[in-house]
Amino acid sequence: MKKTTLKSDIVDALSLDDLCRFCQADETWVIELVEHGVLEPIGSTRGNWRFVGASIVRAKKAHRLNRDLGVNTAGVALVLDLLEERDAILRRLAQLETV
Amino acid sequence: MDYKDYYKALGVERSSSDKEIKAAYRKGARKYHPDINTGPDAEAKFKEISEAYEVLKDPERRAAYDQLGQEPPQGQGQYRPPPDWDSGYSFSEGGPHGDTDFSDFFETLFRRQAGAAPGAGAGRGADSHGKIEITLEDAYRGAERTLSLRSPVVGPNGTVSLQDRKIAVRVPKGIAQGQHIRLAGQGVQGQGGAGDLFLEVSFAPHPVFRAEGKDLFLDLPVTPWEAALGGHVVMPTPDGQVDLSIPKNARSGQKLRLKGKGLPGAPAGNIYATLKIVNPDATTQEARAFFEKMAKEMPFNPRAHFGGVGK
Repeated sequence: MKKTTLKSDIVDALSLDDLCRFCQADETWVIELVEHGVLEPIGSTRGNWRFVGASIVRAKKAHRLNRDLGVNTAGVALVLDLLEERDAILRRLAQLETV
Repeated sequence: MDYKDYYKALGVERSSSDKEIKAAYRKGARKYHPDINTGPDAEAKFKEISEAYEVLKDPERRAAYDQLGQEPPQGQGQYRPPPDWDSGYSFSEGGPHGDTDFSDFFETLFRRQAGAAPGAGAGRGADSHGKIEITLEDAYRGAERTLSLRSPVVGPNGTVSLQDRKIAVRVPKGIAQGQHIRLAGQGVQGQGGAGDLFLEVSFAPHPVFRAEGKDLFLDLPVTPWEAALGGHVVMPTPDGQVDLSIPKNARSGQKLRLKGKGLPGAPAGNIYATLKIVNPDATTQEARAFFEKMAKEMPFNPRAHFGGVGK
């Protein structure tokens, strides 16, 4: 087995096209997520939207939740908000329990 | 390969109806979905029930699976399906969507006849997604990791087999939890080129630090005299030790910021140290005498704001 170190880069800003490809979703669905405030792209028009950081992770999670559990966009938005809230609380709890 | 009891995985009976199977799957999927359940076994459990449902939801596959009979008695070595176990059934190309890979049992029985590997169309191959766990230190300095990948490959006679390969991956310096590393051309091979491989980065739990984005958080224990008098304490960071200056009369819970000492980048993150004042136990005569002297000479009532109670 040959061993070469592969060139790698950090995924940090994706266009609408890139994001659709990245989460194997179609454009309409991504736009819907933006309209629900799940994703917050930088840029004023669809053509120059850039999705960064948290939006990329959220898009991927949103797609999995939709695909695996059949949750619709409004539901995904709610689930993601609650998950983030829960994770913040769990972090806080872990922090308090270590004392 | 091991035999998989798909009915057991879903917690249903062999006689259960399609409706019951669907309900059991939905309930389990909600409970164990790795985006929702962060427990260590959730992902494996989720895969197990997804795989079970993939077979049991399809009448043809379920019938073929039932034909296999019960799990063979223990001690007979590796499980082998009886010859012609699937004669008379025709199930369509199977497969989990996207980035899940199922057991050898599933792959052997239900994916053999898959006409083409995913993404083997005319265009570029599909992207693959995976995960990589690194240490905080790796993220600080950058690192090289070897990764084992398993991907379906179409053989010359059209059968699909799983192939293991190892690749060396460079973890870029300054990567944060939840970010993705892209390895161009390491996804599924298609006729118009290969797709990319994306790796989602997570950090192994660290004994001292908690990472949030590019910032790191820690609890920093200090003595009562360090807190009262102020001064310098030596503190670890993933990049070596640093001197931290404690202000005079520091309070427990006070947050100190070390600017730019978090994960590297433009801009770099910060380290936030929360002070925790720790009392020494008074185990010796001298220590007791010392505390008694403080009690006598330092008039201090931490419960003053209770309104006269407590003293």
